[in-house]
Amino acid sequence: MKKILSTAIVSTSLMMAASTQAGTLEDVKSKGFMNCGVSTGLPGFSNTDDKGEWKGIDVDTCRAVAAAVFGDASKVKYVPLTAKERFTALQSGEVDLLSRNTTWTLTRDAGLGLNFAGVNYYDGQGFMVSKKIGVKSALELDGATVCVQAGTTTELNLADYFRANKMSYKPITFDTSDQTASAFDNGRCDVLTSDQSQLYALRIKLKTPADAVVLPEVISKEPLGPVVRQGDDEWFNIAKWSLNAMITAEELGVSQANVDDMTKSTNPNIQRLLGVTGEMGGKLKVGNDWAYNIVKQVGNYGEVFERNVGAGSPLKIQRGINAQWNKGGFLYSPPIR
Amino acid sequence: MKTPNQDPSGKLWNDPVFRGRVFQAVVLLAVIAFFAFIINNTLNNLDARGISTGFGFLSQEAGFGIIQSLIEYNETHTYGRTFVVGILNTLLVSLVGIFLATIVGFLVGIGRLSSNWLISRLAAIYIETFRNIPLLLQIFFWYFAVLGVMPHPRQSMSWGEAVFLNVRGLYIPDPQFSEGIGFVVASIFITFGIIWFLKRWAHKRQDDTGQQFPVFWTSIGLLIAIPGLVYLVSGTTLTWDIPELRGFNFKGGITILPEFTALLLALTIYTAAFIAEIVRAGIQSVPKGQLEASRALGLKNSQMLRLVVIPQAMRVIIPPLTSQYLNLTKNSSLATAIGYPDLVAIFAGTTLNQSGQAIEIIFMVMAVYLTISLTISLIMNIYNKRMALVER
Repeated sequence: MKKILSTAIVSTSLMMAASTQAGTLEDVKSKGFMNCGVSTGLPGFSNTDDKGEWKGIDVDTCRAVAAAVFGDASKVKYVPLTAKERFTALQSGEVDLLSRNTTWTLTRDAGLGLNFAGVNYYDGQGFMVSKKIGVKSALELDGATVCVQAGTTTELNLADYFRANKMSYKPITFDTSDQTASAFDNGRCDVLTSDQSQLYALRIKLKTPADAVVLPEVISKEPLGPVVRQGDDEWFNIAKWSLNAMITAEELGVSQANVDDMTKSTNPNIQRLLGVTGEMGGKLKVGNDWAYNIVKQVGNYGEVFERNVGAGSPLKIQRGINAQWNKGGFLYSPPIR
Repeated sequence: MKTPNQDPSGKLWNDPVFRGRVFQAVVLLAVIAFFAFIINNTLNNLDARGISTGFGFLSQEAGFGIIQSLIEYNETHTYGRTFVVGILNTLLVSLVGIFLATIVGFLVGIGRLSSNWLISRLAAIYIETFRNIPLLLQIFFWYFAVLGVMPHPRQSMSWGEAVFLNVRGLYIPDPQFSEGIGFVVASIFITFGIIWFLKRWAHKRQDDTGQQFPVFWTSIGLLIAIPGLVYLVSGTTLTWDIPELRGFNFKGGITILPEFTALLLALTIYTAAFIAEIVRAGIQSVPKGQLEASRALGLKNSQMLRLVVIPQAMRVIIPPLTSQYLNLTKNSSLATAIGYPDLVAIFAGTTLNQSGQAIEIIFMVMAVYLTISLTISLIMNIYNKRMALVER
């Protein structure tokens, strides 16, 4: 129903809106907060804690943008969206930023009127099965019933993988990842497929997590990142560089704890990042202490990772390909200068 | 031409007919201009935001699988094909639901009026319970609480090693006929033709001579005898494709998905409660005098019900019954909550999300529901006309 509603909103807004593009930055500033589209509950990425506060790597991406724009990371309203609702919600202006473990693909970037502002988690699709069925490889899954979330790239990769390996399968699609996990738990399906990070997150929610095992195969590339509407370059820049600021801060060794000391650093890269010299903030049309606020209030990328999905979280995911470029990973921010 | 209320002064703008036409033309033009503006503006905005438009996506490859399809479908088929698969799945659950809800509704409705205290109380409890619980909750109840706790495939309940029930669904044998089945099917249609003539003849005979002919039992006999004879003569053989546990799941036979069953049960039971009340109201609307008159004419109880009560009750029943049928069809879109692949779940869900063509897809889905609803209305209106009181 929510889907229909938001579709109705997008249709009406597209029908009625004058064809000029309102600047999202001015919009957000006059509202005094930004709307951020997140998932309906995925531990490590966007999930509410026991106090009802949103936590996760995607949530921190929203907070970073708010810190850059307002100097206050808490000025975010979170809008939980299912995979099916997310793009419509962004297109219709219901959310200003979509940070919901969304895979960057050409179709979405070019066909849906969206822009991907970068990658905040490099993921890949995997399979989870019950230990009881004794499967060791995804290639043994011929004839399996597979639970999958509707409207995702996962659904398409699944079809590709089984077809390429000449295996048959039965897809059961649900709107939320919670539904897929509970169907898997009930035995409605043999296999749960999703991005690997999600599988680890969903495994925590099962009745007996130890009974489920994630198979070794990674069948796709899933670069996940924040998304904005196409045609608003100003806002696109802010989202893009807020993420880059977190990555650069880690690379330069600037952290939540030492950011105040670092303002006295003589390293010109750090000086530019924290707004001690240069006019980086002005070019983005935000305060010159934008990156300082991001690091101070949210942290650098490494801190965000460890806190939400890494060693400091129940997920215990290794940095792996999500390490900095000079530490064997893919994270590489263009220079802030 | 002189109209009765023409203005004596003869001025054109004082002529009410002419004025009426002018106003209608103005309104019509305004409506057309409004829609032209909306469509044009929408297209401009979609273009400005870089969202692709048009119906070209329908011929693109879909790339995702669907668990239940009445026609051949796999992930290499087009988005257009997913549209058809969705419509057929919606029609399947709606038509079976309408059929079952009608039967259950009539039985409960008549039971509600029964002079047997227990039956009428049970019917009342049924109606009051299911009519007053939201449909979505009932769907969840059947799906999670009833069908979700069935055993795993390897511990399936089985009957005669041919029918299996587990958390993945109900597996039943699939009848496989050899070539001669075409003759058998044809003979069934021919038998129905024969029955139609038989009925006309019996009616005429009763009009002429007053003698009745047991049309019903003769028809049943014919329906069994003629196709049965053709089956034997044509040498058609029947084999059963029996489901068998291989690998992860049962293979072969016919699978009835738990998603389908849960949705069908919920729709049937919910709608039947409303139909029962409609039937009760219809029967009670027949004046008592009619019953007394038919008894005075010496009709038996069954004849009274068939010839006097039901024809009159139907006139009251049909219009609200139609709207229950429409409700059931539209409510079937709640399928998306439990993952039954109906039109809304597949086409307005996955296809919309994968292709991003929100406006086109929503319009197509609305057009489909409108068409289905208008078709049901049309059929019911034709039926209603036949049942309506013919005044002489």
